[in-house]
Amino acid sequence: MTTRAIEPWIFEPLVKFVKEAGARLVLLMTSAGQVLAQHGFSRAVDVMSAAALGAAIMASTDEIARQLRQPPFAALNHQGERHGIFLAAVATGRGRLVALVVYDLDVSSLGLVQLFFEQLAVDLQAASPKDSVPKQVLAADFERELSDSLNTLFGR
Amino acid sequence: MTSAPAAYGRVLDLVTRVRGVRGAMLVAGDDGLVVAEQLMEGIKGPAVAALAASLASRLRRAMEAAGVGAGQFWHLQAEQGALLVVPAPSGVVVVAVAEPDVNVGLVRLELLRAAEAVG
Repeated sequence: MTTRAIEPWIFEPLVKFVKEAGARLVLLMTSAGQVLAQHGFSRAVDVMSAAALGAAIMASTDEIARQLRQPPFAALNHQGERHGIFLAAVATGRGRLVALVVYDLDVSSLGLVQLFFEQLAVDLQAASPKDSVPKQVLAADFERELSDSLNTLFGR
Repeated sequence: MTSAPAAYGRVLDLVTRVRGVRGAMLVAGDDGLVVAEQLMEGIKGPAVAALAASLASRLRRAMEAAGVGAGQFWHLQAEQGALLVVPAPSGVVVVAVAEPDVNVGLVRLELLRAAEAVG
């Protein structure tokens, strides 16, 4: 299973998290669904779908929290028969990132993912550049940016 | 079977009243989350719960693979203390964190009683 990051500072914390939490798939993206790193995905189309769905779920839960006049929910877990999905935001020097983690229930657990996600958040906060925010992608550049990102994420 | 949160507290009392026990927890075996806990300060409950449940799951599979049946009690001795675990039939794992010189036999007895009480 390969781990790839568009921004190098993400790579080491992500590799450590994957190893310790026993995660099967991981996406780190911006709130808008722009992928910054991935682990375990083999097809670009899967990354694009998962990022879009993950970002949409986060946006929905943020809105629910806003309507309830609550701060955004810390994390969301969805457990199936064999796999679990963990979705949570993490604050970094590059802004708020969203992590989507898929884990096998016979290898890992929600407790382990939560435990090591806390460490991932600390590691990302420490490793992130403090002086900039992620570049906003303009509609005109979207396709080229997406293509470049996917090439990096899949080592093309 | 004990189900109310207050009753879980009484179950944990059985374990923590043993001299040398620094804390006890009921942990959901499947997801490694804390169900109930009575811990002294300084013990990271969620971390112990997640890692103990993971260990319990792997040990159970190792024992099944070895054909020796389900595990009944695990005692991990470390330099500065011990971790003692009894899995309950319901999937809950009863965990005790103890001093190195604790009376292991007594803790084991209380853990087995606690596991029986939670079902």
